[in-house]
Amino acid sequence: MIVFATNVFCKDDFFLMQPTELLPHLFRTEYRKITSVLCKLFGIEYIEVAEDIVSETFLAAAELWGMKGLPENPTAWLYSVSKNKTRNYLKRNQLFAQKISEQITQSLELTREIEIDLSVKNINDSQLAMIFAVCNPCIPIEAQIGLALNLLCGFGVDEIASAFLTNKEVIYKRLQRAKQKLKAEKIKIEQPTKTEINNRLPTVLTTLYLLFNEGYYSTSQNKILRKELCLEAMRLNYLLVENEITNQPPANALLSLMCFHSSRFEARVNESGENILYEDQDPNLWNKEIIEKGTEFLNIAFKNSVVTKYHLEAGIAYCHTQKEDSKQKWETILQLYNQLLQIEYSPIIALNRTYALAKAQGKKEAIIEAEKLNLTTNHLYYSLLGNLYTDLDNAKALKYLETALALVHSLEDRMIITKNIDRITAKP
Amino acid sequence: MKEFMMIFRNEKMEGSEQPSAEQMQAVMNEWQNWIGNIAAQGNYSGTNRLHSEGKTLKPNNVSLDGPYAEVKEMVGGYLMVKANSLDEAVEMAKSCPNLMYGGSVEVRSVMTIDADATSATFLGEK
Repeated sequence: MIVFATNVFCKDDFFLMQPTELLPHLFRTEYRKITSVLCKLFGIEYIEVAEDIVSETFLAAAELWGMKGLPENPTAWLYSVSKNKTRNYLKRNQLFAQKISEQITQSLELTREIEIDLSVKNINDSQLAMIFAVCNPCIPIEAQIGLALNLLCGFGVDEIASAFLTNKEVIYKRLQRAKQKLKAEKIKIEQPTKTEINNRLPTVLTTLYLLFNEGYYSTSQNKILRKELCLEAMRLNYLLVENEITNQPPANALLSLMCFHSSRFEARVNESGENILYEDQDPNLWNKEIIEKGTEFLNIAFKNSVVTKYHLEAGIAYCHTQKEDSKQKWETILQLYNQLLQIEYSPIIALNRTYALAKAQGKKEAIIEAEKLNLTTNHLYYSLLGNLYTDLDNAKALKYLETALALVHSLEDRMIITKNIDRITAKP
Repeated sequence: MKEFMMIFRNEKMEGSEQPSAEQMQAVMNEWQNWIGNIAAQGNYSGTNRLHSEGKTLKPNNVSLDGPYAEVKEMVGGYLMVKANSLDEAVEMAKSCPNLMYGGSVEVRSVMTIDADATSATFLGEK
């Protein structure tokens, strides 16, 4: 098991934990597993039944463990209680049980008892099936991310709202609408077939990519939450490369990209939660183990001739794992950006590409191209021009940085630009 | 925004020395940087490079080896760009690496299928 996965699938050092801290931890790791298994068993129509059963299980744990202390094996306890609750629910709701049985097997008489399989394999299969059900283009992308966080990552409405910088009601409604839509479309929760993978993997990867970015680039001040979002995206992506049929080159490329980015977690934020810019980071704080893992995934990704934007972004991120500046390094980065722009244009890629052009070919050449970008509503455009003109024409540089300053909203961006202005004005 | 096609032509090279891998990479990078400049402005639509092997078919079942059996120049590839006018597209083409290597760039505007004209053929004039 790889290093970040051990962070994600925390080891069973329960004996160190008090019931008060163990339960939230188990909620995070086990809620999604049991929910996925039950959702797959019940089908999309009965997601809420599955959620209720698992919630009740945890509620029972909270009451009982608080009074009587921890059971010997808390995870096994949760599994067996949720199984019992499911069986009871099925007994009480014969009609429901019948419907479910018809879905599961045609030969009800033979099985009689519905099996609730909480083996590692079925948990993984169920989670994978859920990823494909949730990441469905019939619901908007924010709803896909929300549902993934809710059902696959065990995030509560509060946490999701805080990650999206919005309020609980908005998220609650968004999740409800998304579930209704999945039901209306009769989306099946099942292991995708090989042909389906080809059609649907891109959507799944987009969702995971955005989930990761939500954490990595979020303006939320909650550092722990942001890191957790990234780790969850990686955990789900890891499920994809662990499974034979979803272990496709683009999935490996995306996972390697996430590895390279997350290797800088400890270096990019200081103790008071402020971001530290790449140039100012201490490379000793970069996690070499994760970088190595990322390199492995990238090698697997490039075994196939198809190059996706994840391959190129991972390639760029790989170059950035070497802190030393060299013309060769920036020439490589520039070429990767050139290719990336041909797959997908975005202002931010265009700006980053122009920065790489300056590093590889010099500021003068980059200025000519930068001025053609004409992204006049984007503060990063003026920041870039300001930085390119610094030392060549400081008066112009200041003018551009001040224009940038007038366009920014976040305090953090303001600080970065002010710093750059100070650097120029401090010079004799 | 309109679409334009840039067609790259080169003199047919015969007996010239095969460039080294580094030289080829350097030329490739030049092309990619030029295309990257256009793509950074959001004006890129597509490109393809063409191999030199191919066949040219003529009427009466005549088939000639190579794309340039009768002419000295051959098409090496094309680039599709978005621009407001032909002049603007020509401006982009001016820094094309092909011009530095004795080749030419032909800039042509792309005809679009007119929906009104198409529908008029079977729905009648609106």
